Amino acid sequence: MNTTAPARPAGRGAAAAPTHRRERETASPLAGTGSLVRLYGRLSRRAIIVWSLALLALVPASILAMEEAYPDQQALDARAMLLDNPSAVMMTGPFFATDRYTFWAMVANELMLYVLLAAAIMSVLLSVRHTRTEEETGRLEMTRALATGRLAPSVAAFTIVTIANLAVGAAVAGGALIVGGPVADSLAMGLATALTGLVFAAIAAVTAQVTEHAGSASGMALGLLALAVVVRGIGDVMDRQGSWLSWLSPIAWAQQTRLYVDLRWWPLLVSLGAVAALLVLAGALSRRRDVGAGLRPASAGNARAGADLLRPGGLARRLLTPMILAWGIGLFLFAIAFGSLASSLTDVIDQMPAVEEYAPIVLEDLTGSFSAFVLMMLAIGPLALLVSGVLRLRTEEAEGRLAGVLIAGTSRTGLALAWFLVTFAAVAVMQVLLGLGVGLGVWTATEDTSWIGDMTLAALAYLPAIAMTGALALALLGLSTRTTGLAWLVVVYTALVTFLGDMLRLPDWARALSPLDHVALLPSEDLEVAPLVVMGVAAVVLMVVGLLGLRRRDLLAG
Amino acid sequence: MTPTDAAITVRDLTKTFGTTRALDGFTLTVPTGQVTGFLGPNGAGKSTTIRILLGLLRATSGSAKVLGMDPWREAVPIHRRLAYVPGDTNLWPNLTGGEAIDVLTRGESGQRHRARRDELIERFELDPTKRARTYSKGNRQKVALVAALSRDVELYIMDEPTSGLDPLMEAIFTDEVARLREAGRTVLLSSHILAEVEKLCDTVTIIRAGRDVETGTLAELRHLTRSTVAASTDADPAPLAALDGVHDLVAEHGRVHFDIDDSALHEVLPRLTAMDATGLTITPPSLEDLFLRHYGDELVPAGPAEGETS
Repeated sequence: MNTTAPARPAGRGAAAAPTHRRERETASPLAGTGSLVRLYGRLSRRAIIVWSLALLALVPASILAMEEAYPDQQALDARAMLLDNPSAVMMTGPFFATDRYTFWAMVANELMLYVLLAAAIMSVLLSVRHTRTEEETGRLEMTRALATGRLAPSVAAFTIVTIANLAVGAAVAGGALIVGGPVADSLAMGLATALTGLVFAAIAAVTAQVTEHAGSASGMALGLLALAVVVRGIGDVMDRQGSWLSWLSPIAWAQQTRLYVDLRWWPLLVSLGAVAALLVLAGALSRRRDVGAGLRPASAGNARAGADLLRPGGLARRLLTPMILAWGIGLFLFAIAFGSLASSLTDVIDQMPAVEEYAPIVLEDLTGSFSAFVLMMLAIGPLALLVSGVLRLRTEEAEGRLAGVLIAGTSRTGLALAWFLVTFAAVAVMQVLLGLGVGLGVWTATEDTSWIGDMTLAALAYLPAIAMTGALALALLGLSTRTTGLAWLVVVYTALVTFLGDMLRLPDWARALSPLDHVALLPSEDLEVAPLVVMGVAAVVLMVVGLLGLRRRDLLAG
Repeated sequence: MTPTDAAITVRDLTKTFGTTRALDGFTLTVPTGQVTGFLGPNGAGKSTTIRILLGLLRATSGSAKVLGMDPWREAVPIHRRLAYVPGDTNLWPNLTGGEAIDVLTRGESGQRHRARRDELIERFELDPTKRARTYSKGNRQKVALVAALSRDVELYIMDEPTSGLDPLMEAIFTDEVARLREAGRTVLLSSHILAEVEKLCDTVTIIRAGRDVETGTLAELRHLTRSTVAASTDADPAPLAALDGVHDLVAEHGRVHFDIDDSALHEVLPRLTAMDATGLTITPPSLEDLFLRHYGDELVPAGPAEGETS
């Protein structure tokens, strides 16, 4: 045996020694952090840049838009009066500038919550992407098999999220400074944004320990974010400057800095402390589990499919229901909240007659036109969900799962038709409920029960436009898998025209490209049936085009 | 050949994706009641062929008949009569394995199917209550196998069905396919695993770069290559080297080995006997050899081998 092996020179160590062993052992639990930071940075740099640039553009743009909408102290005072309404408090922030509601006080009030939400959502997504997703897909196993310390992946992940939040915070501060925001307060706004983002990144680091799945981890963290928003809202309704309940929410810690009113920095220390505590907790939890496992074992499910799942469209119902339900509940609450604002507007609008230029609101019928406008904005929800539901078919196709269902004995057209109809039915129910929600909101504000029925009926008028947009997505899917993304363009354009059409003074032809533009603003305008019929027919035609197209083209995978 | 003889007939099939020619005049026959192996490296066009047979892709030209029908136009009636196992099974993450099996066998019902489904789940040691996202690749593959094998159909099309399975499960799969053959079912089995094809298949078609390069029974294909002979003898082996059909003869330390065309074997054996050869072994060609011949560089022709070729 030995004759084949060349004799080793004496003194070179054991024959089994690896040839590439490093001179020094790297035993630190942080070994390899640097290269992981570079790797994760490479993976997420685009996301970080996009989020930062988006905030750098949106913050000053929103402030400029507010400047135009509230040109004088009268308008601002009117806006301040709106904060007597609990719904307005829920959707903005605490009310500190009680003596004189300055423009920048309003900016802090109106804008801060949404900037914080953006930073928190980004942080949750990034944090889970670099922790649980890496682990769930098995990439962490490969990383950990290298000369990498035990803590290195987590530290690298948090470093990237910190960099992202610093970039976003800088963008927010910079965005406010560009349009003339007071320096110290603008910097505090940036810092508060970054720290709030980090709090939710740390929360996501904890939820990533609890469950095995990236989807559940970000879902739990985003659920806690929603809870934080609600807790802050209710707390501030109890006391407009913040009650004990508000202080339980990380959102409040940022808002309690009293930006642009009476700046104080110390609430940010609470955020900082929370980040540290949560990270310690995440570290402690991670030591109690194995790589790849969660603290909470995955629950077992049914060994057999229920009859419901096997019915035509059952799969669509099963796959899309969670998404539609979540959005449905969220938008329904929004509908009630917006609806209940309707009557409080009267005082505000009296002070700012220019409102007619910014939104399709008629001063003579303030409550009616405002609720109609709210309903139209809300209709974008079902519309986008239908498009998303239809395009899910493309995902199913690309992942090869559609082929399996087809080979089980369903025709392409039968499958796609059932899919479309089931999704449309769910979305239609949601649309009616949104109408009901707005009606309920207006009823609580005006004590006039007729609103409930009126708004619910008005919601029905949007169904043809929603169906047509969904059918367009189906038609695009049938014609070519490459162009299906265009359906999202239609959704974004529709949202743009609906939200900003008046403010941007878009010409009629440009507005006409939005399907919702052809729906009368019910109940304040008169019902126009003709466009609804045309859109209904167009929906059917587009659906047939989509189904025929699906029969003609190659499937993507399978 | 009448349609009753062949479950699948493919003639001069061509499929282009843009400028890429995935299939280039491919021909294949799958006789009814047999297990047909379908061999080829990645990218040779196996999956494209199968997806045309399933009616998921439309052939650019040529003809394909599955169970006597056009797979593109009559996909649904064909699908009622065949089952399919993909090579890389992707499942709905939120559905359990059991639910996925039922979705993939939607058309089936009745006590017999349910009993068969449960038997297969047990044989393959699958936990049907787990969500598909927790499954390993092997478990996802088991879901596809249980779904397909539980169906009582005429034709089974399998695209590298054992990828990700452990050897124990592979053995169960082999057993199940053998049962299908006994029951007179037709199977088209695309594979990389030559031992599996050797064990299971009556005939084999080899595809390379979108063309069928070899078709026949395993016995027929073996004629195309050489057996290896090894023996010990003290006699001078030089006369052997001079024989037709003997290649690459090496003799050292009283041991001789060489490759031989199967047709020349009956001539060489008496000579070896005459040379008092002991420790004689004759190794038949494996499909590995066939494969190498088609996809490795061709077997080095007998002659001066240049060391410079890389």
